[in-house]
Amino acid sequence: MIKLGHNQDELAKEIKARSGINFNACLHCRTCTNSCPFVEGMDYAPNAVIRLIQLGQEDAALKCSTIWICVGCNTCCSYCPMAIDIPAVMDGLRHKAIEKGVKIAEPDVLNFHTEVLNTVKKYGRTHKLEIMMRYKLKKMDLLSDMGLGLNMLKKRKLDLTPSKVKDKKAIEKIFQKK
Amino acid sequence: MKKSFKKNKIKANKTGHQPERLKFSFFPGCSLKASGHENTLSLLKFCDRMNIELTELEDWNCCGSSSAHSIDHNIAKYLPMRNISLVPKGMPLLIACPSCLIRMKSMYSKIKNDDVLKQEYEEQWEQPFDEDLEIIHFFEIFNLIHVENYIDHARERLKKLKVAPYYGCMLSMPPDLRFEKNYSGVMEQTLERLGADIIPFGYSTQCCGTYLSVAKPQLAQKVVNQIVSGAMEAGAECMVTACAMCHLNLEIRCTVKNPIPTLHFSELLSMALGEEDQKKWFPRHIVDPVPLLKKRGLISS
Repeated sequence: MIKLGHNQDELAKEIKARSGINFNACLHCRTCTNSCPFVEGMDYAPNAVIRLIQLGQEDAALKCSTIWICVGCNTCCSYCPMAIDIPAVMDGLRHKAIEKGVKIAEPDVLNFHTEVLNTVKKYGRTHKLEIMMRYKLKKMDLLSDMGLGLNMLKKRKLDLTPSKVKDKKAIEKIFQKK
Repeated sequence: MKKSFKKNKIKANKTGHQPERLKFSFFPGCSLKASGHENTLSLLKFCDRMNIELTELEDWNCCGSSSAHSIDHNIAKYLPMRNISLVPKGMPLLIACPSCLIRMKSMYSKIKNDDVLKQEYEEQWEQPFDEDLEIIHFFEIFNLIHVENYIDHARERLKKLKVAPYYGCMLSMPPDLRFEKNYSGVMEQTLERLGADIIPFGYSTQCCGTYLSVAKPQLAQKVVNQIVSGAMEAGAECMVTACAMCHLNLEIRCTVKNPIPTLHFSELLSMALGEEDQKKWFPRHIVDPVPLLKKRGLISS
């Protein structure tokens, strides 16, 4: 049973402000869901997330795994007959989930994004080896991809030292902006 | 090498001057710079042979990748902005990474269509916004040059190697870029003219899973296996991709038995031109393409 609150269109308004999407446009034709390569890893299908927004089900929308499993490959939105930028909707929901401090359905994904941005903050560019080491440390899982990691080092797929931006101040400035 | 420019010279004589050297500012991005180094090496080699001059964008930074737009709106905005501000005036920006391309192009089009954002850009980077900046993908140079004109016997070069072109998500564009150029068929057309046997397959445009190969390896493994076995069942001897990230995922998350190798598009192009730098590229592959290429007589040692 879905209980509709008094302000059921609040969430749609807010995500519209963040992503520019008009949620009345969605026809629920399920083209997004049928084209999504990762739908089986999601608790709600992509069009169902749009439905949650239409119905103002904020809690379910912010706590769902879909918003973290979506990698933004743009397959859904390039097929969408209404040209709805679904990955931008996912971005909006993720940002709100982080701001509100709700329980994150896929903490590993958030952990990964955080480590990527940590290296960008430090060097201005990503450093895969450091991202992987810190990600695995935080997860307390150093063994699962150990063989792969060594092989990647052997094949020089992981550089030992990071490639850096010279203008450190410019990068600092970017990360200070809020 | 002189010989291989023969056709071009004929053309040049007809028009009375040498073909113009194409110049681009080049944005490698983090993947090409590090894990896909062989992609950059072969790309630079190829461009050099095509009389295309790539100058690395001075002090470029990460485009923000998937992580910035996923969790931090501001960082996702300012990282590509800084890169745009670094491009020398009058120089088109060439990007070889599909993901960097989308991040940079999206931001550029947002600034162009939003006066408030444009003003912010101009204040932040203390320079006027370049309304005429062209941001193009590597594929777009095939609108300007015809590789087969630069070499003799072009159609015999790749010796009917059975290649399955894999685009991943690079043909999918967000709605705000949906009227931009579409790159469908570029690899097929170019490689066919160089003598490859193109093997179409169903998973050619399925996303490789990008960072899910780290955070959700099982999910990534499933799609990667679908892609690789799909190409194998279609009869391909190898796959070719134009994305360093896809290349990495196809190699590291594939658990299919005896998988076919995946080559970078730039490697195949350079090979077709007779470049012999492969010793620098192929040792960086996890699935070694050397046995196949030797068997097909495409490399000698």
